[in-house]
Amino acid sequence: MMMINSVAKEAKRKTGNRFIDCDIHNEVPSNEVLKQYLPLRWRKYMDMVGLRSYHGFVQSVPYPKGNPGGTRADAWPPNGQIPGSDLKFMQEQLLDPLNLEYGILNCLYRVGEQLNDEYGAALARAVNDWQIAEWLDKEPRLRASIVIPYENADMAVEEINRVASHSGFVQVLIMPRTREPMGRRKYWKIYEAAENHGLPIAVHFGGLGGNAITSSGFPSYYIEDHTSMAQAFQCQVISMVCEGIFERFPNLQVVMLEGGFAWMPSLMWRLDKHWKRLNEEVPFLKRKPSEYIRRHMHFTTQPIEEPPVPEYLLQVIEHLGSDDMLMFATDYPHWDYDSPDLTFDAKFPEKLKQKFFYKNAQSLYRFPDKE
Amino acid sequence: MQKYVVATADEIPPGQRKIIKIAGKSIGIFNINGEFFAIRNRCPHGGAPLCEGVLSGFVQSPVPGEYTYTRKGEIIRCPWHQWEFDVKTGQSWVDPVKTRVRSYEAKIEQGCSLVNPAEIELEKGPFAAETFSVSLDKDYVVLEI
Repeated sequence: MMMINSVAKEAKRKTGNRFIDCDIHNEVPSNEVLKQYLPLRWRKYMDMVGLRSYHGFVQSVPYPKGNPGGTRADAWPPNGQIPGSDLKFMQEQLLDPLNLEYGILNCLYRVGEQLNDEYGAALARAVNDWQIAEWLDKEPRLRASIVIPYENADMAVEEINRVASHSGFVQVLIMPRTREPMGRRKYWKIYEAAENHGLPIAVHFGGLGGNAITSSGFPSYYIEDHTSMAQAFQCQVISMVCEGIFERFPNLQVVMLEGGFAWMPSLMWRLDKHWKRLNEEVPFLKRKPSEYIRRHMHFTTQPIEEPPVPEYLLQVIEHLGSDDMLMFATDYPHWDYDSPDLTFDAKFPEKLKQKFFYKNAQSLYRFPDKE
Repeated sequence: MQKYVVATADEIPPGQRKIIKIAGKSIGIFNINGEFFAIRNRCPHGGAPLCEGVLSGFVQSPVPGEYTYTRKGEIIRCPWHQWEFDVKTGQSWVDPVKTRVRSYEAKIEQGCSLVNPAEIELEKGPFAAETFSVSLDKDYVVLEI
């Protein structure tokens, strides 16, 4: 990867919206680093067997190889390790120049898709301990998501209960490409634990649960894969609502990260219409599906849809029927990063900007308002 | 128009670049086969430091299954969202979000063209990065802003 010294670092923001970044990625720099947090049994297993997951990409992922880690080309730290692995460089490139108030780390290390449940659980413990030691305890602006082996709910709950008391953890992370739709009973214990701890469930782009990215099988090109991730999110919204998750766990909040949101209004309309006809099948749903969505679900903005007329997004928000659901995210250091200064120059009302740059996330995560 | 000496000629060999800050602007100076070009180091799409991107060529496909790779070393790929720009003109080849009227008029689905129309017969995209003229004055690269 070519490195050129930048003289064009983003200028320090002196004005503009305060913001909370709901999606920053911290990367485990190497297996050797993670081994410091693994017991001998799993250090040896890492060398002997390593990752074994539900799909064919064991040591890799089905993402473009020309862009390792799917990162911004200018986000490689001076030490040459993977972007997102160096706190100091993240501070210099993101936290300091942008004057961010809070940032939430979502570590995408592949703990959730391990066929060996015990290894997945061991990796989750190691990654969470690494997050505490290397990130949360070193940088007060950062918070993090608890990573869990989400295909084994018992083990996932153990891990949630183990670390939830650390004030740096603010949610529980799952990837939308699960083995089964997330409303299914095999996952319910996870929601119970999250609700008990007052932690939202965060669902972040990705995961390799073994199912095809589309409902019709595997497409040829990455552009299809990338676009079709919205299908995975749509499945999870439908499943969580229709299986009655929000009746059973009435205080549970769910954050959809990096899945887009412009598709939500039509999905809400469609669900509401079908619910009126089919509610006898799901009589435990006491409200219209769209009401559960507005009460319990949140969507991050990045990568924000880019309609030919930017102001069309205002219509989408109107159709959502709520301006409380959207929260800003950069996705740093990934390649579809959104800048807090440049992403929203559609003529958005100031009040709306304040909500999705700051207030919606501050309210959901109960962060102290720094002003 | 103000002239600035920004580099010695041998400081930027063919295929290389230098990013400078001048008159409040960050600008990338590129040497493409001995000719110098300059574009602003700020992507008009998302604000990225465009000139830090990978210098590449342009892949085109007249029909599925046939590919051509042209303009090697003349196309810069944005380090964030991978939008491509012609270093020689600043022309981009994708549909920008902020030119809503033009994006309708430009009919991007027909593709886009490069500077040499004999080589590739496509229409220009609707958007251009800000460009600056650069001349080689004796042994120095001089930038005009």
